[in-house]
Amino acid sequence: MSELVLNVKDLSAGYTTHGLFGRKTYKEVIKDVSFSIAKGEILGLVGGSGTGKTTLAKAVLGLIKPEKGVVESFTKKPQMIFQDPLSSLNPAFTIQRVLEEPLILRGIASKTEREERVRETAGKVRLGESSLRSRPSELSGGQRQRVSIASALLCDPGLIVADEPVSALDVTIEAEILELISELRRDTGISFLFISHDLNVIYKICDRVIVMNNGMIIEEGETRKLFRSPENRYTKALLSAALET
Amino acid sequence: MKRNKTLIAGTILFSVLLAAIVVSWLWTPYDPEAFAGSSLEPPSASHIFGTDNFGRDIFSRVMKGAGTTLTVGLMTVSVGAVVGVSAGALTAYYGGALDELLMRLNDAITAFPSILLALVIISVLGPEKTSNLVISLGIAFIPSFARVSRTAFSREKTQNYVISARLMGAGDVRILAVHILPNTLQVLLPAVTIGFNNAVLAEASMSYLGIGVSPVDPSLGFMLKASQSYLFTAPWYAVFTGLAIVLMVFSVGLIGDGIKKSGRSE
Repeated sequence: MSELVLNVKDLSAGYTTHGLFGRKTYKEVIKDVSFSIAKGEILGLVGGSGTGKTTLAKAVLGLIKPEKGVVESFTKKPQMIFQDPLSSLNPAFTIQRVLEEPLILRGIASKTEREERVRETAGKVRLGESSLRSRPSELSGGQRQRVSIASALLCDPGLIVADEPVSALDVTIEAEILELISELRRDTGISFLFISHDLNVIYKICDRVIVMNNGMIIEEGETRKLFRSPENRYTKALLSAALET
Repeated sequence: MKRNKTLIAGTILFSVLLAAIVVSWLWTPYDPEAFAGSSLEPPSASHIFGTDNFGRDIFSRVMKGAGTTLTVGLMTVSVGAVVGVSAGALTAYYGGALDELLMRLNDAITAFPSILLALVIISVLGPEKTSNLVISLGIAFIPSFARVSRTAFSREKTQNYVISARLMGAGDVRILAVHILPNTLQVLLPAVTIGFNNAVLAEASMSYLGIGVSPVDPSLGFMLKASQSYLFTAPWYAVFTGLAIVLMVFSVGLIGDGIKKSGRSE
């Protein structure tokens, strides 16, 4: 087995809500989830809405505490790309400033070095130099997603969790972003946990897929194999629904 | 882009006032403390705002007094804003017991009318120094800032850009001060301008009650108090002093409204 970047074992997580009289109720969203991601792998996570995909992503990143089980991360600072890139970019910052922030946090004190690195990474994600002076609200959806990817890259992560990164984009832009993600994986060896409800997108980009329903992993396998001969009924239903559209 | 007329008008009016204050540091038509004419002269070419009961030039005193009032107002609002915004930001961000404690303390301060609270504090600290006036008025201004900033910060803290910053390894202080604060300015700056106006009026009321700035440095509030004895014999004294206060409050109010509007058009 190749080197792992993430290993999740028997993970359960959910939310605690406080009732009217302070009674705590715990709502379990994901149950006994186990999976791992290898270095340089793009793992797809598919499932309908409300099946716990985003909760799993947050638990993997340590943004919510697991109720039970462990998340072992063998990589530094995993990053996240969101469905709506506008909300993940600070509206008060220019793109240049957004992209410099990870470098400042990494302790790169020289302004000229930061500018050089930002320019280089912007080139890598094919973001025009003029966009660097804009604010997030002035860019198109595709450009914003390029900025989020660039910002994640500048953190030098081993793993990027992409939560529905192309769902808000139109088809041509979607293809460009998917191309970019495959290219980055090839050139930098970054692993991705790629979350989507869209099986076509998953098919195009992922090496392996896990299928989630009701907070549990119901099927897991190599992408082509799983698409050719799904075993679980839910997976079959998802696939036939995707074929119709 | 459509011009923000409110902001422009406010800035122009405020600049006129600020220019008069800056000039007063170097030059005033007459020495504001010297007897420049006979007592209570009506406005004329040589004394455009007239003279006061001691024969001092009101225009020169208004120029000087506006500076004092502006300084006290700015310092007061700074005390209130810095303490209030920090408290609001911390309670919004950490929540829990700290939130309860600080917000209940806030409620306790709000329960007193602010001018009364300031009077109590200044009588404890002693009214001799201008800094005590600033501190006591500043404390009275903390709650409104704490409340406004708590709302603004708690709205921002769940945004994805904050989550991103945390994943990048930004610490809590950096997240609050560098990432969230600039996004709350739209709400906080108008609160600062309103706070400034209240501070100017409060300084005037305190001086009017005789607990404000010492008579050596004229302030607009102190002059207004002095003018009331001559309201019928020399109305220009009260009118011009009052107009200066109105100009200060009105121009800053326009700036505040202008800032509020600037966000809406986007």
